[in-house]
Amino acid sequence: MLKYANPTHFLALAARLIPWLAATTALLLIAGLYLTFFVAPDDYQQGSSVKIMYLHVPSAWLAMMCYVIMTSAALGTIVWRHPLADAAQKAAAPLGAAFTLLCLVTGSLWGKPMWGTWWVWDARLTSVLVLFLIYLGLIGLWRTIEEPAQAARAAAILTLVGVVNIPIIKFSVDWWNTLHQPASVFKLGGPAIAGSMLWPLLIMAVGFTFLFFTLHLMAIRNEILRRRLRRLSIDAAHAEEQAEATA
Amino acid sequence: MKDYSGFIFAAYAFAAIVVGAMIVKIVADYRDLKRKLARFDGREIKP
Repeated sequence: MLKYANPTHFLALAARLIPWLAATTALLLIAGLYLTFFVAPDDYQQGSSVKIMYLHVPSAWLAMMCYVIMTSAALGTIVWRHPLADAAQKAAAPLGAAFTLLCLVTGSLWGKPMWGTWWVWDARLTSVLVLFLIYLGLIGLWRTIEEPAQAARAAAILTLVGVVNIPIIKFSVDWWNTLHQPASVFKLGGPAIAGSMLWPLLIMAVGFTFLFFTLHLMAIRNEILRRRLRRLSIDAAHAEEQAEATA
Repeated sequence: MKDYSGFIFAAYAFAAIVVGAMIVKIVADYRDLKRKLARFDGREIKP
């Protein structure tokens, strides 16, 4: 396992894994979409608008899961100062922001016909918006600080501070009165959702998770190559300076 | 029961755009980096 923490070995592993992950993602999403539109029934109260759930819920799970992965990577940066942890953290932030945006927009498109409003400042919606803003802040931080190691440490600290928002998102529907419904899949006593809707939802969620891991692996690979390019550019500039000095 | 197809279409179209944009950006970034690295190495670029 430690062997793959070496960037060169990681690149070789990524090259082998990415095609398989991409193919599995495609198969799962095709199956999930088929089950969503041709097998899963409409809800007796919400009608066909429940189809939005099959996008909204997986994006919400991924928005949070991505942040948990970033938190683990942030610990890797701060405790072990591992360059792969920096790359994993940096690569995950835009993906997390995209899935959080997807969660917010699909939630809004589901909320309008069901609640009669696009947005309410309730605890769940607001805490997810805060998560989106944290992702944007992290992306901004990475872009502002030029030195990668310095940027990684600053981003790791912000990530670790921001992780407090994850349990707030998860339990906001239990701690406060919210318009958003309480948990219906991961709850004590088992899921409160019919099997005919649960299976398509789980397949879509696994498909989205594979999509995330595929894109994350590709983005980490890009980050490793970007650092390699940066080092080569700096070496080339130094060599040029030395040549000019000796001439 | 009301017709919600407009909301459903908008949600799935938005998801397709977001996921498509992520894929295009990452793939384009990879190709660009490989091209720049190949210039340093003096190698031919693999398609």
